[in-house]
Amino acid sequence: MIQGILLEGLIYGIMVLGVFLTFRILDFPDLTVDGSFPLGAAIMASMIVAGQPLWFALIVATFGGVAAGVVTALIHNKLGVPHLLAGILTMTMLYSVNIRVMGGRANISLIRQHTILSNVNTLMPGLSQDGSNLVFFAVVIVIVMIALNIFFRMDLGMTMGAMGNNQQMVIATGANPATLKLIGVGMSNGLVAISGAFAAQYQGFADVNLGQGTIISGLASVMIGEFLWKSNRISVLTLRVVLGSILFRAVMYIGRFYGYYINLTPNDLKLITGLLIILSLMITRGRDTMKWLTWNRRNDAAVKASPAGKKR
Amino acid sequence: MIRLENITKIFNPGTNNENTAIRNVSLNVDEGDFITVIGSNGAGKTTLLNLVSGTESVSSGRVFINDKDVTRDPEYKRARYIGRIFQNPTLGTAANMSVEDNMMITYLKGMKWLKISLNARTRAFFREQLVPLQMGLEDRMKDNVGLLSGGQRQALTLLMMVLSKPALILLDEHTAALDPKNAQIVLELTMRFISDYRLTTMMITHNMSHAIEYGNRLLMMDKGEIILDVSGKEKQELTVEKLVRKFHEIRKYTLESDEILLADEEGR
Repeated sequence: MIQGILLEGLIYGIMVLGVFLTFRILDFPDLTVDGSFPLGAAIMASMIVAGQPLWFALIVATFGGVAAGVVTALIHNKLGVPHLLAGILTMTMLYSVNIRVMGGRANISLIRQHTILSNVNTLMPGLSQDGSNLVFFAVVIVIVMIALNIFFRMDLGMTMGAMGNNQQMVIATGANPATLKLIGVGMSNGLVAISGAFAAQYQGFADVNLGQGTIISGLASVMIGEFLWKSNRISVLTLRVVLGSILFRAVMYIGRFYGYYINLTPNDLKLITGLLIILSLMITRGRDTMKWLTWNRRNDAAVKASPAGKKR
Repeated sequence: MIRLENITKIFNPGTNNENTAIRNVSLNVDEGDFITVIGSNGAGKTTLLNLVSGTESVSSGRVFINDKDVTRDPEYKRARYIGRIFQNPTLGTAANMSVEDNMMITYLKGMKWLKISLNARTRAFFREQLVPLQMGLEDRMKDNVGLLSGGQRQALTLLMMVLSKPALILLDEHTAALDPKNAQIVLELTMRFISDYRLTTMMITHNMSHAIEYGNRLLMMDKGEIILDVSGKEKQELTVEKLVRKFHEIRKYTLESDEILLADEEGR
Protein backbone atom coordinates (compact mmCIF):
# COMPACT_ATOMS: atom_id res chain seq x y z
CA MET A 1 0.00 0.00 0.00
CA ILE A 2 2.77 2.42 1.01
CA GLN A 3 4.57 1.48 -2.17
CA GLY A 4 1.49 2.18 -4.26
CA ILE A 5 0.98 5.56 -2.61
CA LEU A 6 4.60 6.56 -3.14
CA LEU A 7 4.56 5.41 -6.75
CA GLU A 8 1.39 7.26 -7.65
CA GLY A 9 2.55 10.27 -5.67
CA LEU A 10 5.80 10.43 -7.62
CA ILE A 11 4.26 9.77 -11.06
CA TYR A 12 1.51 12.32 -10.56
CA GLY A 13 4.02 14.56 -8.76
CA ILE A 14 5.49 15.50 -12.15
CA MET A 15 2.02 16.66 -13.20
CA VAL A 16 1.53 18.51 -9.90
CA LEU A 17 4.81 20.37 -10.48
CA GLY A 18 3.35 21.51 -13.80
CA VAL A 19 0.12 22.62 -12.14
CA PHE A 20 2.14 24.43 -9.46
CA LEU A 21 4.03 26.28 -12.19
CA THR A 22 0.89 27.70 -13.78
CA PHE A 23 -1.36 28.12 -10.74
CA ARG A 24 1.11 29.42 -8.22
CA ILE A 25 4.09 30.85 -10.08
CA LEU A 26 2.43 32.30 -13.18
CA ASP A 27 -0.99 32.88 -11.59
CA PHE A 28 -2.45 31.41 -14.77
CA PRO A 29 -5.09 28.78 -13.84
CA ASP A 30 -4.60 26.43 -16.76
CA LEU A 31 -7.23 23.78 -17.45
CA THR A 32 -5.40 22.43 -20.51
CA VAL A 33 -3.95 19.87 -18.10
CA ASP A 34 -7.07 17.67 -18.28
CA GLY A 35 -6.33 17.25 -22.00
CA SER A 36 -2.54 17.28 -22.07
CA PHE A 37 -2.25 14.50 -19.46
CA PRO A 38 -4.07 11.92 -21.66
CA LEU A 39 -2.31 13.43 -24.68
CA GLY A 40 1.03 12.41 -23.20
CA ALA A 41 -0.39 8.97 -22.43
CA ALA A 42 -1.89 8.61 -25.91
CA ILE A 43 1.28 9.61 -27.77
CA MET A 44 3.43 7.36 -25.61
CA ALA A 45 1.11 4.34 -25.91
CA SER A 46 0.58 4.57 -29.65
CA MET A 47 4.31 5.01 -30.28
CA ILE A 48 5.11 2.01 -28.06
CA VAL A 49 2.58 -0.09 -29.96
CA ALA A 50 4.05 1.15 -33.25
CA GLY A 51 7.45 -0.06 -32.09
CA GLN A 52 9.13 3.36 -31.93
CA PRO A 53 12.17 3.85 -29.64
CA LEU A 54 10.90 4.44 -26.11
CA TRP A 55 12.97 7.54 -25.29
CA PHE A 56 12.01 9.08 -28.60
CA ALA A 57 8.35 8.39 -27.75
CA LEU A 58 8.77 10.14 -24.40
CA ILE A 59 10.31 13.19 -26.08
CA VAL A 60 7.49 13.36 -28.63
CA ALA A 61 4.91 13.04 -25.84
CA THR A 62 6.58 15.90 -23.96
CA PHE A 63 6.53 18.15 -26.98
CA GLY A 64 2.91 17.22 -27.60
CA GLY A 65 2.14 18.62 -24.16
CA VAL A 66 4.23 21.73 -24.78
CA ALA A 67 2.33 22.32 -28.02
CA ALA A 68 -1.01 22.00 -26.20
CA GLY A 69 0.11 24.58 -23.64
CA VAL A 70 1.33 26.91 -26.36
CA VAL A 71 -2.08 26.70 -28.06
CA THR A 72 -3.80 27.72 -24.81
CA ALA A 73 -1.36 30.60 -24.27
CA LEU A 74 -1.82 31.79 -27.87
CA ILE A 75 -5.62 31.72 -27.59
CA HIS A 76 -5.30 33.76 -24.41
CA ASN A 77 -2.63 36.18 -25.67
CA LYS A 78 -3.74 36.81 -29.21
CA LEU A 79 -7.53 36.69 -28.86
CA GLY A 80 -7.78 38.14 -25.38
CA VAL A 81 -9.76 35.10 -24.20
CA PRO A 82 -9.70 34.70 -20.38
CA HIS A 83 -7.20 32.01 -19.31
CA LEU A 84 -9.85 29.66 -17.90
CA LEU A 85 -11.82 29.66 -21.13
CA ALA A 86 -8.67 29.30 -23.24
CA GLY A 87 -7.74 26.21 -21.23
CA ILE A 88 -11.20 24.70 -21.56
CA LEU A 89 -11.12 25.27 -25.32
CA THR A 90 -7.82 23.46 -25.75
CA MET A 91 -8.85 20.71 -23.35
CA THR A 92 -12.06 20.06 -25.28
CA MET A 93 -10.26 20.02 -28.62
CA LEU A 94 -7.66 17.65 -27.20
CA TYR A 95 -10.34 15.03 -26.51
CA SER A 96 -10.76 14.56 -30.27
CA VAL A 97 -7.03 14.90 -30.89
CA ASN A 98 -6.27 12.18 -28.35
CA ILE A 99 -8.65 9.73 -30.03
CA ARG A 100 -7.01 10.54 -33.37
CA VAL A 101 -3.56 10.00 -31.86
CA MET A 102 -4.66 6.56 -30.67
CA GLY A 103 -5.81 5.68 -34.18
CA GLY A 104 -9.53 6.26 -33.68
CA ARG A 105 -9.75 4.21 -30.48
CA ALA A 106 -10.62 5.41 -27.00
CA ASN A 107 -7.87 3.37 -25.36
CA ILE A 108 -4.73 1.37 -26.04
CA SER A 109 -3.57 -1.55 -23.92
CA LEU A 110 0.14 -1.86 -23.16
CA ILE A 111 -0.03 -5.36 -21.68
CA ARG A 112 2.96 -7.45 -22.81
CA GLN A 113 4.58 -4.42 -24.46
CA HIS A 114 8.11 -3.33 -23.68
CA THR A 115 7.89 -0.06 -21.81
CA ILE A 116 10.49 2.14 -20.17
CA LEU A 117 9.44 0.62 -16.86
CA SER A 118 9.88 -3.00 -17.95
CA ASN A 119 13.27 -2.10 -19.43
CA VAL A 120 14.34 -0.45 -16.20
CA ASN A 121 13.23 -3.57 -14.34
CA THR A 122 15.50 -5.78 -16.41
CA LEU A 123 18.38 -3.43 -15.49
CA MET A 124 17.67 -4.09 -11.79
CA PRO A 125 17.35 -7.87 -11.62
CA GLY A 126 17.12 -8.02 -7.82
CA LEU A 127 14.01 -5.88 -7.62
CA SER A 128 10.34 -6.52 -8.27
CA GLN A 129 8.54 -4.46 -10.90
CA ASP A 130 7.15 -2.13 -8.24
CA GLY A 131 10.55 -1.88 -6.56
CA SER A 132 12.37 -0.84 -9.71
CA ASN A 133 9.51 1.52 -10.56
CA LEU A 134 9.95 3.24 -7.23
CA VAL A 135 13.70 3.70 -7.72
CA PHE A 136 13.16 4.92 -11.27
CA PHE A 137 10.46 7.46 -10.41
CA ALA A 138 12.38 8.73 -7.40
CA VAL A 139 15.29 9.45 -9.73
CA VAL A 140 13.00 11.05 -12.34
CA ILE A 141 11.29 13.36 -9.86
CA VAL A 142 14.61 14.43 -8.37
CA ILE A 143 15.91 15.27 -11.85
CA VAL A 144 12.76 17.27 -12.64
CA MET A 145 12.94 19.10 -9.31
CA ILE A 146 16.62 19.97 -9.75
CA ALA A 147 15.94 21.16 -13.30
CA LEU A 148 13.10 23.38 -12.06
CA ASN A 149 15.19 24.70 -9.18
CA ILE A 150 17.93 25.71 -11.59
CA PHE A 151 15.42 27.16 -14.02
CA PHE A 152 13.89 29.41 -11.38
CA ARG A 153 17.29 30.79 -10.50
CA MET A 154 17.82 31.80 -14.09
CA ASP A 155 16.84 35.31 -15.18
CA LEU A 156 13.93 33.94 -17.19
CA GLY A 157 12.60 31.79 -14.36
CA MET A 158 12.92 34.61 -11.85
CA THR A 159 11.01 36.98 -14.09
CA MET A 160 8.29 34.34 -14.42
CA GLY A 161 8.15 34.23 -10.64
CA ALA A 162 7.56 37.97 -10.58
CA MET A 163 4.79 37.58 -13.19
CA GLY A 164 2.41 35.80 -10.85
CA ASN A 165 3.22 38.36 -8.19
CA ASN A 166 3.17 41.64 -10.02
CA GLN A 167 2.70 41.76 -13.76
CA GLN A 168 3.16 45.53 -13.82
CA MET A 169 6.69 45.12 -12.52
CA VAL A 170 7.54 42.62 -15.24
CA ILE A 171 6.24 45.02 -17.88
CA ALA A 172 8.37 47.75 -16.31
CA THR A 173 11.50 45.67 -16.88
CA GLY A 174 10.74 45.59 -20.59
CA ALA A 175 9.83 41.90 -20.80
CA ASN A 176 6.75 40.86 -22.73
CA PRO A 177 4.29 39.18 -20.34
CA ALA A 178 2.66 37.33 -23.26
CA THR A 179 5.95 35.61 -24.13
CA LEU A 180 6.50 34.64 -20.50
CA LYS A 181 3.03 33.10 -20.29
CA LEU A 182 3.66 31.20 -23.51
CA ILE A 183 6.89 29.69 -22.19
CA GLY A 184 5.47 28.98 -18.74
CA VAL A 185 2.23 27.33 -19.85
CA GLY A 186 4.15 25.37 -22.49
CA MET A 187 6.64 24.10 -19.90
CA SER A 188 3.87 23.22 -17.48
CA ASN A 189 1.97 21.13 -20.02
CA GLY A 190 5.20 19.46 -21.11
CA LEU A 191 5.62 18.23 -17.52
CA VAL A 192 1.98 17.13 -17.41
CA ALA A 193 2.39 15.14 -20.63
CA ILE A 194 5.52 13.42 -19.26
CA SER A 195 3.49 12.48 -16.22
CA GLY A 196 0.72 11.14 -18.47
CA ALA A 197 3.21 9.12 -20.51
CA PHE A 198 4.56 7.47 -17.36
CA ALA A 199 1.09 6.92 -15.92
CA ALA A 200 0.07 5.03 -19.06
CA GLN A 201 3.10 2.75 -18.77
CA TYR A 202 2.53 2.23 -15.06
CA GLN A 203 -1.16 1.36 -15.43
CA GLY A 204 -0.63 -0.62 -18.62
CA PHE A 205 -3.01 1.35 -20.80
CA ALA A 206 -3.77 4.79 -22.21
CA ASP A 207 -7.35 5.99 -22.10
CA VAL A 208 -8.97 9.11 -23.47
CA ASN A 209 -10.69 9.65 -20.11
CA LEU A 210 -7.46 9.34 -18.14
CA GLY A 211 -7.28 13.10 -17.75
CA GLN A 212 -10.63 13.69 -16.13
CA GLY A 213 -10.14 15.62 -12.93
CA THR A 214 -6.36 15.89 -13.35
CA ILE A 215 -6.38 19.62 -12.73
CA ILE A 216 -8.45 19.26 -9.57
CA SER A 217 -6.24 16.51 -8.14
CA GLY A 218 -3.17 18.58 -9.05
CA LEU A 219 -4.59 21.62 -7.34
CA ALA A 220 -5.54 19.62 -4.24
CA SER A 221 -1.98 18.24 -4.08
CA VAL A 222 -0.47 21.73 -4.35
CA MET A 223 -2.74 23.01 -1.58
CA ILE A 224 -2.04 20.09 0.75
CA GLY A 225 1.68 20.68 0.25
CA GLU A 226 1.26 24.29 1.23
CA PHE A 227 0.13 23.28 4.71
CA LEU A 228 3.51 21.69 5.39
CA TRP A 229 5.68 24.79 5.86
CA LYS A 230 6.28 28.26 4.49
CA SER A 231 9.28 29.41 2.50
CA ASN A 232 10.27 31.66 -0.37
CA ARG A 233 12.99 29.31 -1.61
CA ILE A 234 12.17 27.51 -4.81
CA SER A 235 13.88 24.27 -3.76
CA VAL A 236 11.59 24.09 -0.73
CA LEU A 237 8.53 24.98 -2.80
CA THR A 238 9.12 22.18 -5.32
CA LEU A 239 9.81 19.66 -2.56
CA ARG A 240 6.58 20.75 -0.89
CA VAL A 241 4.69 20.13 -4.12
CA VAL A 242 5.97 16.56 -4.43
CA LEU A 243 5.23 15.79 -0.78
CA GLY A 244 1.76 17.28 -1.26
CA SER A 245 1.24 14.96 -4.21
CA ILE A 246 2.20 11.92 -2.13
CA LEU A 247 -0.07 13.01 0.74
CA PHE A 248 -2.95 13.53 -1.65
CA ARG A 249 -2.51 10.04 -3.10
CA ALA A 250 -2.45 8.68 0.44
CA VAL A 251 -5.80 10.28 1.15
CA MET A 252 -7.19 8.83 -2.08
CA TYR A 253 -5.83 5.39 -1.19
CA ILE A 254 -7.40 5.50 2.20
CA GLY A 255 -10.67 6.55 0.58
CA ARG A 256 -10.46 3.64 -1.85
CA PHE A 257 -9.55 0.94 0.68
CA TYR A 258 -11.32 1.98 3.85
CA GLY A 259 -14.09 4.07 2.36
CA TYR A 260 -16.53 1.15 2.35
CA TYR A 261 -16.75 1.37 6.14
CA ILE A 262 -18.69 4.59 5.65
CA ASN A 263 -20.30 3.41 2.42
CA LEU A 264 -17.91 5.19 0.05
CA THR A 265 -17.17 3.75 -3.38
CA PRO A 266 -14.33 4.64 -5.76
CA ASN A 267 -16.93 6.67 -7.62
CA ASP A 268 -16.98 9.07 -4.68
CA LEU A 269 -13.27 9.91 -5.01
CA LYS A 270 -13.87 12.95 -7.19
CA LEU A 271 -16.30 14.28 -4.62
CA ILE A 272 -13.72 13.69 -1.89
CA THR A 273 -11.08 15.51 -3.97
CA GLY A 274 -13.35 18.50 -4.41
CA LEU A 275 -14.25 18.57 -0.73
CA LEU A 276 -10.56 18.34 0.11
CA ILE A 277 -9.86 21.49 -1.92
CA ILE A 278 -12.77 23.31 -0.31
CA LEU A 279 -11.52 22.23 3.11
CA SER A 280 -7.99 23.46 2.32
CA LEU A 281 -9.38 26.78 1.18
CA MET A 282 -11.46 27.08 4.34
CA ILE A 283 -8.49 26.30 6.58
CA THR A 284 -6.26 28.78 4.74
CA ARG A 285 -8.99 31.39 4.95
CA GLY A 286 -9.59 30.68 8.59
CA ARG A 287 -5.89 31.03 9.28
CA ASP A 288 -5.73 34.35 7.44
CA THR A 289 -8.81 35.59 9.27
CA MET A 290 -7.28 34.57 12.58
CA LYS A 291 -4.06 36.35 11.68
CA TRP A 292 -6.02 39.41 10.72
CA LEU A 293 -8.00 39.35 13.95
CA THR A 294 -4.98 38.95 16.20
CA TRP A 295 -3.08 41.57 14.23
CA ASN A 296 -5.96 44.01 14.64
CA ARG A 297 -6.19 43.32 18.33
CA ARG A 298 -2.47 43.87 18.72
CA ASN A 299 -2.74 47.08 16.74
CA ASP A 300 -5.65 48.30 18.82
CA ALA A 301 -3.63 47.57 21.93
CA ALA A 302 -0.71 49.52 20.50
CA VAL A 303 -2.93 52.48 19.70
CA LYS A 304 -4.43 52.49 23.18
CA ALA A 305 -0.98 52.27 24.73
CA SER A 306 0.37 55.19 22.70
CA PRO A 307 -0.15 58.77 23.95
CA ALA A 308 -2.13 59.66 20.81
CA GLY A 309 -4.43 56.72 21.47
CA LYS A 310 -5.13 57.84 25.02
CA LYS A 311 -6.13 61.27 23.83
CA ARG A 312 -8.83 59.67 21.74
CA MET B 1 14.25 63.41 -25.94
CA ILE B 2 10.49 62.95 -25.45
CA ARG B 3 8.19 64.67 -27.91
CA LEU B 4 4.42 64.62 -27.77
CA GLU B 5 2.72 65.91 -30.92
CA ASN B 6 -0.92 66.97 -30.64
CA ILE B 7 -1.96 64.05 -28.51
CA THR B 8 -5.57 63.56 -27.51
CA LYS B 9 -7.03 60.86 -25.33
CA ILE B 10 -10.75 60.21 -25.31
CA PHE B 11 -12.12 57.58 -22.95
CA ASN B 12 -15.30 55.70 -23.94
CA PRO B 13 -15.69 57.50 -27.28
CA GLY B 14 -19.19 57.49 -28.71
CA THR B 15 -20.90 56.72 -25.42
CA ASN B 16 -22.68 58.80 -22.79
CA ASN B 17 -19.54 58.57 -20.67
CA GLU B 18 -17.30 60.05 -23.35
CA ASN B 19 -14.54 61.95 -21.62
CA THR B 20 -11.66 63.82 -23.19
CA ALA B 21 -8.88 63.36 -20.67
CA ILE B 22 -6.13 64.94 -22.78
CA ARG B 23 -6.95 67.64 -25.32
CA ASN B 24 -4.48 68.26 -28.13
CA VAL B 25 -1.35 68.46 -25.98
CA SER B 26 2.12 69.01 -27.44
CA LEU B 27 5.19 68.84 -25.27
CA ASN B 28 8.94 68.69 -25.70
CA VAL B 29 10.98 67.23 -22.88
CA ASP B 30 14.69 67.91 -23.22
CA GLU B 31 17.41 65.71 -21.85
CA GLY B 32 18.13 66.56 -18.22
CA ASP B 33 14.80 68.31 -17.71
CA PHE B 34 13.18 67.89 -14.33
CA ILE B 35 9.54 68.75 -14.84
CA THR B 36 7.01 69.01 -12.05
CA VAL B 37 3.37 68.59 -13.02
CA ILE B 38 0.53 70.04 -10.96
CA GLY B 39 -3.21 70.36 -11.42
CA SER B 40 -6.45 69.54 -9.69
CA ASN B 41 -7.97 66.06 -9.66
CA GLY B 42 -9.11 65.01 -13.11
CA ALA B 43 -6.85 67.52 -14.85
CA GLY B 44 -5.20 64.70 -16.82
CA LYS B 45 -1.81 64.46 -15.11
CA THR B 46 -1.78 60.70 -14.66
CA THR B 47 -3.31 60.13 -18.09
CA LEU B 48 -0.50 62.21 -19.58
CA LEU B 49 2.11 59.96 -17.93
CA ASN B 50 0.13 56.86 -18.99
CA LEU B 51 0.27 58.04 -22.59
CA VAL B 52 4.02 58.62 -22.38
CA SER B 53 4.67 55.22 -20.79
CA GLY B 54 2.27 53.40 -23.12
CA THR B 55 -0.08 52.15 -20.41
CA GLU B 56 -2.82 53.88 -22.43
CA SER B 57 -2.69 54.40 -26.16
CA VAL B 58 -3.38 57.83 -27.62
CA SER B 59 -6.63 58.49 -29.52
CA SER B 60 -4.74 60.74 -31.90
CA GLY B 61 -1.33 62.36 -32.13
CA ARG B 62 2.18 60.96 -31.92
CA VAL B 63 4.69 60.09 -29.21
CA PHE B 64 8.43 60.14 -29.87
CA ILE B 65 11.24 58.90 -27.65
CA ASN B 66 14.72 59.93 -28.83
CA ASP B 67 13.17 60.88 -32.19
CA LYS B 68 11.82 57.37 -32.61
CA ASP B 69 8.08 57.07 -33.16
CA VAL B 70 6.79 54.85 -30.35
CA THR B 71 3.09 55.71 -30.70
CA ARG B 72 2.20 52.11 -31.52
CA ASP B 73 4.74 50.46 -29.20
CA PRO B 74 3.22 48.62 -26.21
CA GLU B 75 4.20 49.51 -22.68
CA TYR B 76 6.78 46.75 -22.24
CA LYS B 77 8.75 47.98 -25.26
CA ARG B 78 8.82 51.59 -24.10
CA ALA B 79 9.80 50.38 -20.64
CA ARG B 80 13.34 49.92 -21.94
CA TYR B 81 13.68 53.71 -21.89
CA ILE B 82 11.21 54.63 -19.19
CA GLY B 83 11.25 54.02 -15.46
CA ARG B 84 8.09 54.65 -13.53
CA ILE B 85 7.07 54.82 -9.91
CA PHE B 86 3.46 54.75 -8.79
CA GLN B 87 1.73 56.13 -5.76
CA ASN B 88 1.07 52.59 -4.51
CA PRO B 89 4.34 51.16 -3.12
CA THR B 90 3.23 47.58 -3.85
CA LEU B 91 3.18 48.14 -7.62
CA GLY B 92 6.93 48.39 -8.09
CA THR B 93 8.08 45.18 -6.41
CA ALA B 94 7.12 41.51 -6.22
CA ALA B 95 6.03 40.87 -2.62
CA ASN B 96 6.65 37.11 -2.56
CA MET B 97 10.22 37.38 -3.78
CA SER B 98 13.36 38.36 -1.96
CA VAL B 99 14.98 41.80 -2.13
CA GLU B 100 17.89 40.48 -4.21
CA ASP B 101 15.57 38.65 -6.63
CA ASN B 102 13.59 41.85 -7.12
CA MET B 103 16.75 43.82 -7.77
CA MET B 104 18.01 41.24 -10.24
CA ILE B 105 14.81 41.19 -12.26
CA THR B 106 14.67 44.94 -12.69
CA TYR B 107 18.41 45.35 -13.19
CA LEU B 108 18.17 43.61 -16.55
CA LYS B 109 16.05 45.41 -19.09
CA GLY B 110 14.27 43.48 -21.83
CA MET B 111 13.46 39.81 -22.20
CA LYS B 112 15.43 37.45 -19.95
CA TRP B 113 16.76 34.06 -20.95
CA LEU B 114 18.51 31.04 -19.52
CA LYS B 115 21.32 32.72 -17.68
CA ILE B 116 22.01 32.86 -13.98
CA SER B 117 22.96 36.48 -13.35
CA LEU B 118 22.37 36.49 -9.61
CA ASN B 119 25.79 35.45 -8.33
CA ALA B 120 28.27 36.57 -5.70
CA ARG B 121 29.36 39.53 -7.81
CA THR B 122 25.90 40.94 -8.48
CA ARG B 123 24.93 40.31 -4.85
CA ALA B 124 27.92 42.31 -3.67
CA PHE B 125 27.01 45.07 -6.12
CA PHE B 126 23.39 45.17 -4.90
CA ARG B 127 24.50 45.22 -1.28
CA GLU B 128 26.79 48.17 -2.02
CA GLN B 129 23.88 50.01 -3.67
CA LEU B 130 21.54 49.33 -0.74
CA VAL B 131 23.85 50.81 1.91
CA PRO B 132 23.26 54.51 1.01
CA LEU B 133 19.50 54.03 1.52
CA GLN B 134 20.33 53.76 5.25
CA MET B 135 17.40 51.43 5.84
CA GLY B 136 19.36 48.34 6.76
CA LEU B 137 18.13 46.58 3.63
CA GLU B 138 21.66 45.38 2.83
CA ASP B 139 21.26 42.88 5.69
CA ARG B 140 17.81 41.75 4.56
CA MET B 141 18.53 40.81 0.97
CA LYS B 142 17.05 37.33 1.35
CA ASP B 143 13.86 38.57 3.03
CA ASN B 144 10.67 38.79 1.05
CA VAL B 145 9.85 42.30 -0.07
CA GLY B 146 6.37 41.81 1.39
CA LEU B 147 7.94 42.06 4.85
CA LEU B 148 9.23 45.60 4.23
CA SER B 149 7.38 48.78 5.16
CA GLY B 150 5.81 51.01 2.51
CA GLY B 151 8.66 53.50 2.80
CA GLN B 152 11.30 50.80 2.45
CA ARG B 153 9.51 49.30 -0.53
CA GLN B 154 9.22 52.65 -2.27
CA ALA B 155 12.89 53.45 -1.60
CA LEU B 156 13.84 50.03 -2.97
CA THR B 157 11.66 50.56 -6.03
CA LEU B 158 13.38 53.88 -6.59
CA LEU B 159 16.83 52.35 -6.32
CA MET B 160 15.90 49.45 -8.61
CA MET B 161 14.58 51.88 -11.19
CA VAL B 162 17.70 54.05 -11.08
CA LEU B 163 19.99 51.01 -11.44
CA SER B 164 18.22 50.01 -14.64
CA LYS B 165 19.41 53.33 -16.14
CA PRO B 166 16.21 54.63 -17.74
CA ALA B 167 16.33 57.59 -20.12
CA LEU B 168 13.24 59.11 -18.55
CA ILE B 169 11.61 58.59 -15.18
CA LEU B 170 7.96 59.19 -14.42
CA LEU B 171 6.95 59.76 -10.81
CA ASP B 172 3.24 59.71 -10.07
CA GLU B 173 2.81 61.18 -6.57
CA HIS B 174 5.14 58.47 -5.43
CA THR B 175 5.31 59.73 -1.85
CA ALA B 176 1.59 60.39 -1.37
CA ALA B 177 0.79 56.99 0.18
CA LEU B 178 3.60 57.16 2.74
CA ASP B 179 3.59 58.60 6.24
CA PRO B 180 5.18 62.09 6.48
CA LYS B 181 8.53 60.87 7.77
CA ASN B 182 8.99 58.19 5.10
CA ALA B 183 7.62 60.52 2.44
CA GLN B 184 10.38 62.98 3.34
CA ILE B 185 13.06 60.28 3.21
CA VAL B 186 11.89 58.95 -0.15
CA LEU B 187 11.60 62.44 -1.56
CA GLU B 188 15.15 63.36 -0.49
CA LEU B 189 16.39 60.11 -1.99
CA THR B 190 14.58 60.89 -5.22
CA MET B 191 16.21 64.30 -5.45
CA ARG B 192 19.64 62.84 -4.75
CA PHE B 193 19.27 60.19 -7.43
CA ILE B 194 17.95 62.69 -9.97
CA SER B 195 20.92 65.01 -9.49
CA ASP B 196 23.54 62.23 -9.13
CA TYR B 197 22.45 60.38 -12.25
CA ARG B 198 21.17 63.47 -14.15
CA LEU B 199 17.85 61.78 -14.76
CA THR B 200 15.30 63.31 -17.06
CA THR B 201 12.19 63.42 -14.90
CA MET B 202 8.49 64.15 -14.97
CA MET B 203 7.02 64.29 -11.47
CA ILE B 204 3.36 64.67 -10.60
CA THR B 205 2.81 66.23 -7.22
CA HIS B 206 -0.12 67.55 -5.24
CA ASN B 207 2.20 69.68 -3.19
CA MET B 208 2.54 73.10 -4.77
CA SER B 209 5.58 74.13 -2.78
CA HIS B 210 7.37 70.94 -3.86
CA ALA B 211 6.46 71.71 -7.45
CA ILE B 212 8.00 75.14 -7.07
CA GLU B 213 11.01 74.09 -5.02
CA TYR B 214 12.13 71.16 -7.18
CA GLY B 215 12.91 70.91 -10.85
CA ASN B 216 13.73 73.34 -13.62
CA ARG B 217 10.35 73.40 -15.29
CA LEU B 218 6.75 73.41 -14.10
CA LEU B 219 3.61 72.39 -15.94
CA MET B 220 0.14 73.20 -14.73
CA MET B 221 -2.68 71.15 -16.19
CA ASP B 222 -6.40 71.74 -16.22
CA LYS B 223 -9.17 69.90 -18.03
CA GLY B 224 -6.79 67.93 -20.20
CA GLU B 225 -4.66 70.85 -21.28
CA ILE B 226 -1.29 72.25 -20.25
CA ILE B 227 -2.26 75.76 -19.26
CA LEU B 228 1.07 76.90 -17.87
CA ASP B 229 4.63 75.94 -18.75
CA VAL B 230 7.33 77.89 -16.93
CA SER B 231 11.02 77.20 -16.72
CA GLY B 232 14.36 78.83 -15.99
CA LYS B 233 14.42 82.15 -14.16
CA GLU B 234 10.66 82.55 -14.24
CA LYS B 235 10.29 79.20 -12.48
CA GLN B 236 12.81 80.17 -9.81
CA GLU B 237 10.88 83.30 -8.97
CA LEU B 238 7.54 81.49 -8.62
CA THR B 239 5.64 81.45 -5.37
CA VAL B 240 2.43 79.69 -4.46
CA GLU B 241 0.55 83.01 -4.53
CA LYS B 242 1.89 83.89 -7.98
CA LEU B 243 0.92 80.45 -9.24
CA VAL B 244 -2.66 80.72 -8.00
CA ARG B 245 -2.97 84.24 -9.46
CA LYS B 246 -1.66 82.97 -12.78
CA PHE B 247 -4.25 80.24 -12.76
CA HIS B 248 -7.07 82.75 -12.26
CA GLU B 249 -5.74 84.96 -15.04
CA ILE B 250 -5.56 82.08 -17.50
CA ARG B 251 -8.71 80.19 -16.66
CA LYS B 252 -10.86 83.18 -15.66
CA TYR B 253 -12.56 81.09 -12.97
CA THR B 254 -11.82 80.27 -9.40
CA LEU B 255 -10.58 76.81 -8.63
CA GLU B 256 -13.27 74.72 -7.04
CA SER B 257 -12.70 75.28 -3.34
CA ASP B 258 -9.13 76.24 -4.23
CA GLU B 259 -8.28 72.60 -4.45
CA ILE B 260 -4.61 72.97 -5.28
CA LEU B 261 -4.04 75.40 -2.42
CA LEU B 262 -5.76 73.07 0.01
CA ALA B 263 -3.66 70.14 -1.11
CA ASP B 264 -0.64 72.32 -0.49
CA GLU B 265 -1.73 73.08 3.08
CA GLU B 266 -2.04 69.35 3.73
CA GLY B 267 1.37 68.79 2.26
CA ARG B 268 2.96 71.02 4.88
